[in-house]
Amino acid sequence: MRIRQISVFIENRAGRLETVAKLLGDAGINIRALSLADTSDFGILRLIVNQPEAASELLRREGFTIRLTEVVAVEIPDVPGGLAGVLAILGRGGVNVEYMYAFVEKARGKAVVVFRFENFDAAVRTLEAGSVRLLKEDELLKL
Amino acid sequence: MKTRCFEKKYEMMGRDELSALQGERLRSMVARVYQRVPFYRRKLDEAGIRPEEVRSIDDLVRLPFTTKIDFRDQYPFGLFAVDMKKVVRVHASSGTTGKPTVVGYTRKDIELWSRTCARTLGCGNGTARDVVQNAYGYGLFTGGLGMHYGGERLGATVIPMSGGNTKRQILLMQDFGTTLLCSTPSYALEIAEVAAEMGVDLRKTKLRVGFFGAEPWSDNMRKAIEERLGVTALDIYGFSEVIGPGVASECLAHCGLHVFEDHFYPEVIDPQTGRSLPDGQPGELVFTCLTKEALPLIRYRTRDLTRLTHEPCACGRTLVRMQRVTGRTDDMLIIRGVNVFPSQIESVLLEIEGTQPHYLILVERRDRLDEIEIQVEVDEKLFSDEIRKLEDLRNRIGYEIYSILGLTAKITLVEPRTIERSQGKAKRVIDKRVI
Repeated sequence: MRIRQISVFIENRAGRLETVAKLLGDAGINIRALSLADTSDFGILRLIVNQPEAASELLRREGFTIRLTEVVAVEIPDVPGGLAGVLAILGRGGVNVEYMYAFVEKARGKAVVVFRFENFDAAVRTLEAGSVRLLKEDELLKL
Repeated sequence: MKTRCFEKKYEMMGRDELSALQGERLRSMVARVYQRVPFYRRKLDEAGIRPEEVRSIDDLVRLPFTTKIDFRDQYPFGLFAVDMKKVVRVHASSGTTGKPTVVGYTRKDIELWSRTCARTLGCGNGTARDVVQNAYGYGLFTGGLGMHYGGERLGATVIPMSGGNTKRQILLMQDFGTTLLCSTPSYALEIAEVAAEMGVDLRKTKLRVGFFGAEPWSDNMRKAIEERLGVTALDIYGFSEVIGPGVASECLAHCGLHVFEDHFYPEVIDPQTGRSLPDGQPGELVFTCLTKEALPLIRYRTRDLTRLTHEPCACGRTLVRMQRVTGRTDDMLIIRGVNVFPSQIESVLLEIEGTQPHYLILVERRDRLDEIEIQVEVDEKLFSDEIRKLEDLRNRIGYEIYSILGLTAKITLVEPRTIERSQGKAKRVIDKRVI
């Protein structure tokens, strides 16, 4: 259930995102999920890709500052209140969310939420105790 | 040309008499520091010079130099030649790394300093009838208190404004009838700009002469200041190690700055060989403090580039003149009157990052005020994938730099390798100011 995510430091300059996307595309690496957090000067691009090692090596070689982080992906029903249910479990367990992003999986009527926690193990225990379905890395990459 | 000297006896002294006075003062100063400052005793011993061999001012060239590094090594009070109970004041400016450069004054030094600052105001024909608005910063910086005491010593009325609060400066300038203004040249232009916005024509006030220093400026700035403020703009020179302001000042003849050499003896040397250069040759300015009690200095290397001339001046002063400083022999920047060395910024980053940082200092003049931006490359060690932590890092760098320089710098985190790597020594500073 540990999912590898690549975080990339990006300056707020025209064309920087495109550079990253093109590098990955040209290398045949597919992006499964992404989010961008930004300030006025810089941003952090967070990516889940089908070949994490190859992608990190490539971006490093091209001079990007990156970090591999571990995130948790949970599958929830794609219905009103789905996300609130998971957050309620985390809240009751006293688990802090650093950040999160989500995407919808149309075919299965589900949504996937990617979480980054301060305390990975405690968060996983809390989610499992609440019977939340955690995706394995290969499951997520196959979606 | 009508000249009003504050101390005519010294400012118009015959050259032979002046040399004899300087020789006598040098002799007694060298004997004093040899006895009281272990640092100088060691230096003179190493150079194989006995204090009694120093007989006239011509012997000065045999003596060793003092540098800013010596201030750092002797931090804070190691260069003082008197007991701390005789020191009534300290000031400080930035050093080349984290520690400030500390200077001290006895009561007599303060009196001497007041007189040389009064001479400075006298160079603009200032008298007891004048109203001096002092917009140099008060505090550890010598500019504010130096010119303040100078104004009082002259008998003028001093308005201790310090910097900033520009609208109030303009209001009091009109209401109190300010005749003499002391400020940095860029702040004088700021005052002009704000006055224009307020619809105040400063040329119609009683403002007569401005004493501008503490940062580099040009003839174009002088012209702009003179036109917009309706003043005669004089260039003044000084820095804390020698005493503060009141080391040298332009007179109304506008042809170089008279150095108050009966107290602060100037030489110009070749910065490579250390050899003394004759009149007219450009080189590094070096000062010897002949009369100060707390902090006498032997041949202090300023790193400022200029040249000297002994030709007679239209004002009648016989004191040697130095040209406006044209540059530096090191990489020091002057930003809003604050001395900034790239090494200071490097030491802050080194402390935070733990390894050799990649950074670039950008200096620009925006709206007449200097702004400093420091770009820091984010490597994998510094990088966090949380915005909050990166913002903390940026704020911490900004705070550490503020605590050392007293300047607010814009900190920008940039991607690796965005800062140009040159062969050999990296380019650390881009100074885009047009002055």
